[in-house]
Amino acid sequence: MTSVLVHPQGAATAVAKVLDLLGASWKTVDDTTEAAGSEPSGGWAGAIVAVDDDPERAFELARWVRSREQATTSILMLVSAELLPELGDHTTLFDDFCLTPFHPAELEARLDHLLIRSDGDDAIITYGPLSLNVETYQAMIDRRPLDLTYMEYELLRYLTASPGKVFSREILLSEVWGYDYYGGARTVDVHIRRLRSKLGEEHANLISTVRSVGYRLGQAKWT
Amino acid sequence: MVSMQPQQDYVLRTVEERGVRLIRLWFTDVLGRLKSVAISPAEMEKVFEEGLQFDGSSIDGFSRVQESDVLARPDASTFELLPWARDDEPSALMFCDIEQLDGEPFAGDPRQVLRRNMRKAHDAGFTFFCAPEMEYFYFRDGDPSAPLEVLDTASYFDLTTADIGTDLRKTTLHMLEALSIPVEYSFHEDSPSQHEIDLQYTEALAMADSITTMRLVVKKVAQDRDLYATFMPKPLDAMQGSGMHTHMSLWKDGSNAFHDPDAEYGLSTTAHQFIAGIMAHAREITAVTNQLINSYKRLNDGHEAPRYVSWARNNQSTLVRVPVTKSNKPEGTRIEYRAVDPACNPYLAYSVILAAGMKGIEEGYDLQPETRANLFDRNEASSAGVATLPRSLDEALDEMEASELVREALGEHIFEWFLRNRRAEWDDYARRVTQFELDRYLPHW
Repeated sequence: MTSVLVHPQGAATAVAKVLDLLGASWKTVDDTTEAAGSEPSGGWAGAIVAVDDDPERAFELARWVRSREQATTSILMLVSAELLPELGDHTTLFDDFCLTPFHPAELEARLDHLLIRSDGDDAIITYGPLSLNVETYQAMIDRRPLDLTYMEYELLRYLTASPGKVFSREILLSEVWGYDYYGGARTVDVHIRRLRSKLGEEHANLISTVRSVGYRLGQAKWT
Repeated sequence: MVSMQPQQDYVLRTVEERGVRLIRLWFTDVLGRLKSVAISPAEMEKVFEEGLQFDGSSIDGFSRVQESDVLARPDASTFELLPWARDDEPSALMFCDIEQLDGEPFAGDPRQVLRRNMRKAHDAGFTFFCAPEMEYFYFRDGDPSAPLEVLDTASYFDLTTADIGTDLRKTTLHMLEALSIPVEYSFHEDSPSQHEIDLQYTEALAMADSITTMRLVVKKVAQDRDLYATFMPKPLDAMQGSGMHTHMSLWKDGSNAFHDPDAEYGLSTTAHQFIAGIMAHAREITAVTNQLINSYKRLNDGHEAPRYVSWARNNQSTLVRVPVTKSNKPEGTRIEYRAVDPACNPYLAYSVILAAGMKGIEEGYDLQPETRANLFDRNEASSAGVATLPRSLDEALDEMEASELVREALGEHIFEWFLRNRRAEWDDYARRVTQFELDRYLPHW
């Protein structure tokens, strides 16, 4: 996955925490020259631009991102309540915004929606602290590698591809193992337990058991 | 079965991505002792394709007269990174099946034996799940010539010594979890320095792998602290021994075949027949579930070790116990076999237990009524008229030798070798003069 642009450097600390949580990599830049100089070969995965004491510089940077070939690159503005009116004149320069000081959960939710889902890199699936690279078979939790067996990896990948959705043991068995695996549905329970133990106490609850139904990664969806 | 190809790709990819320097290929000899061959990542792909050829004649129970070369075939589904490897030198493990050069399963490989018995049960629609309670002791060192020194009571006033065992156990649990071996419970057992780690159920082949790994991890963690851990069944005269009580269930079409909501106590006919099978053949399989001379010191001692061929719903003195399951958890219906000790070869022990239970199902054995007597009391036991388990390895081997069931379950090769090897050990022992005899006889005769 390519990096997310963060502007300016002074905005980095709080924003970085949230990006790390999402498993996204990032770079800070102060102006368009720097942005051009450190641009990844595939273009920026997204941009987080803080409208600070020099709003024009922020808009100039956003304009520059918009001018790049990667028209899909999403831009999120960080802006204080006093400077909010400034945004009104530049609505084409961003896709979403977040008021400062922001709550990390809000920024995470907006970024998750805006950047991660549209980062265009099909090889990476992420959910919260979890990220899976389907090309290299590598899994990470909190940016540290997660050592899984093949079946654990496949099960986690299947669940992570549809967070919030509940899958029955039978579905998981036929989709992940293939229909004639002889361990039966009990095998699914065994592997879920192994996965949880590898995720560690802190993250074991990423996978929840839905009584009499099956398993789900992450929180239930409202729908 | 799942095709192995994607699993092998996964292993090769992970070896590359994680910079694995060494892959340890594991298998066990006929007595269940772990053997390991290390290969480099460069050799991995070739070994997946062709297997790793080696001379089996140096492995106990592998040697044959005409042809001693065999092939180790790594099972990619068992691939794990070793949690104790140094960061700059990541290593991994894989369990192997052993094959003949012509690709047929090698008859001396215990893992192939369990695989065959599992397949046979599967042909009847069943998958066999096990959850063992592993007991073991920690000692100051493993020198057999010096008296054994337990950790907890080693120095009465040193408060920290009692915690060493608990600390070791905690480290062990973390390593086990990193190796995909989840733990159900763990605690300090009755005897000083004795600990128990209960593994969460899985199908029997994966469990036999887990037990093999677990025994190594426990010993390694102790060794790293200059201590010694042992799964010897009865290391101390005055203390209870170490068992490997195993909880078992059969599953069919995604549900627990031991459970029947309409039957008494929720215990199905299949469960009744399985218990009856184990009971009918218990004396024949004991040499395999309790393979050391020392195993019988534990069985004869009582404590939590069963002495009589019996079953009951909630009686700790019986050979087979049926734990009461919570009414809202029918999937927890299971039986517990209490003779096995942790010095067994789990592949072979689970093979003969499964074969005995399946025999009961195939032949529709009737189950005798449960034992209500307290079998720890000898008088009660003899009036209950129950058979005893073999009292010695010698007696157990006689029972085994006459057993068609064990011969078939183990296959001719292992059956013959096992009898020969265990008889030789017994003969060696029978000639030895023990301290007990000197203490007892020298002053008076």
